[in-house]
Amino acid sequence: MKLGLVIDLDVCVGCHGCAVSCKQWNTSGTTGPLTDYRPYGEDPSGVWFNRIRSYEVGDYPHNKTINFPMSCMHCEQADCVDVCPTGASYKRAEDGVVLVDQDKCMGCNYCSWACPYGARELDRSSGTMKKCTLCIDRIYDERLDEYDRQPSCVITCPAHARHFGDFDDPESKVSKLVRERGGYALMPELGYNPTNRYLPPRITRPIPTEDVSKKSLISSVKEWVNKAVAR
Amino acid sequence: MHPAFSVIFFTVASGAGYGLFILMALGYILGFVEFDKGVTLVGGLLSLALISAGLLSSTLHLANPKNAWRAFFRFRTSWLAREGVFAVLFYPVALLFLLGLWVNLEAGVYNGFVAFIGVAASLLALATLFSTGMIYGCLKTIRQWNTALTPTNYLLLGLATGGVLFVLVLAWNGKPTLVMASLSLALLTIAAISKAIYYFWVRTVIGPTINTATGFTRAQVRLLDTGHTAGTFLTDEFAYFAPAKLLLALRITVFVAGFFIPLMLLGFMVLGAQASGLAFLAMLSSFIGIGAERWLFFAEARHVIRLYHGAQHT
Ligand code: SF4
Ligand code: SF4
Repeated sequence: MKLGLVIDLDVCVGCHGCAVSCKQWNTSGTTGPLTDYRPYGEDPSGVWFNRIRSYEVGDYPHNKTINFPMSCMHCEQADCVDVCPTGASYKRAEDGVVLVDQDKCMGCNYCSWACPYGARELDRSSGTMKKCTLCIDRIYDERLDEYDRQPSCVITCPAHARHFGDFDDPESKVSKLVRERGGYALMPELGYNPTNRYLPPRITRPIPTEDVSKKSLISSVKEWVNKAVAR
Repeated sequence: MHPAFSVIFFTVASGAGYGLFILMALGYILGFVEFDKGVTLVGGLLSLALISAGLLSSTLHLANPKNAWRAFFRFRTSWLAREGVFAVLFYPVALLFLLGLWVNLEAGVYNGFVAFIGVAASLLALATLFSTGMIYGCLKTIRQWNTALTPTNYLLLGLATGGVLFVLVLAWNGKPTLVMASLSLALLTIAAISKAIYYFWVRTVIGPTINTATGFTRAQVRLLDTGHTAGTFLTDEFAYFAPAKLLLALRITVFVAGFFIPLMLLGFMVLGAQASGLAFLAMLSSFIGIGAERWLFFAEARHVIRLYHGAQHT
């Protein structure tokens, strides 16, 4: 098995819901807590497994805002695991999930240097490295309903931008999505072979403009006044 | 990368310590240095003290040092584990060599077995230095480090600073320094050339860009929002930024204090000036220069995560 996520950049609205639900679930999960520093102070900071950034792609007027959620990609060539001197970081043979054994980690930060995707964050209060577990404490829990045996972020996403599944199974939902929508990996040139895939925005049908009526005189004057008069 | 003082001190101090030890062993085996008990004691203790101080300071940057003993377990894949293993193996062999050297001096003989142990200890010292370089050199995420020049520079700078130290030890004990000073001159020159090649090489912009990082390779990509209002672990660790003027000043320090001044001072010594004061100044200057070199090594390293924080290229 090769478990991972597919993230649909076409529909992600950048609401940070996945990150918040991830934090809520995992802070009491196997690698919890996800410590917050100065949560009510001026510069609150803390450990997150998910980070969402926003980019502008293209130049005006042909530009688009892309919200970009990132978490551990559970890479096939996970250098973060190879460089770890203690053996705290490991990649599970059965499903490819990359985890950190909190009892073995010595907090040297070396794995975070080896990760190109910024997936690893040191918890300064426990002194150990923390990262996305792909909700390992959910996805195999048979007491949960079938639907709930998915990572917290996937269930939460209101836009359904996140999908979870087995990439080794060509008929799984994630494999099909990648096939049909041209799912791609980030920074392939570094050779980490990340499992997670991103779906690019769909090519949208251009909105026809021929039938848009000409501006009336009054609206042109209004427009001109609005531009000319400083408020 | 954020330049951490403990790691800078560690690499400079233990690098010089290993360099000094290797040159002592070489000097004994090839017989180009006149040993007496003073040289053995001062040189041996100095190298071991520098190495130990460095290794101890390197554990200071661990966030969870109580698990540091586990750091030897991933020898098969991790250069950090390899460095630890070689560093620990070095100690008994090095002590055995120094002991043998002492006994030989007492008896006034040259012993092939001691020489053999010296070779073994030197190889372990070289392996440790090489591993230190590879810890940085193996990271594909940092284009400024991911080169064979990284371990090369760690080896050469360790040997060069060790050489300057050894000249000081010899001068201090009133021994002839001509051969060692010449050897140090050569080592410093090679190290300076290698470092200059590195600074030339590192200017070229290559590697991932914000486009390959996001997958949007056919349009301009700009950061709109990082998604956090204050700093994160990632910005603390990787977003370090130093003004270009400071970087330039430090590069000049590297070449003037690290290479040029020690070269001049050692040159005077080769020409006949026999003063331990000169050797001391050379040592001081080279340590300042190499300290600056190490600081730059971290400050100029740009991790690919910076692309996600808005950098257009690394
Ligand atoms: S994304 Fe980073 S932490 Fe996750 S497996 Fe890849 S290299 Fe390791
Ligand atoms: S911080 Fe922990 S998990 Fe990461 S390399 Fe060091 S010991 Fe391994």
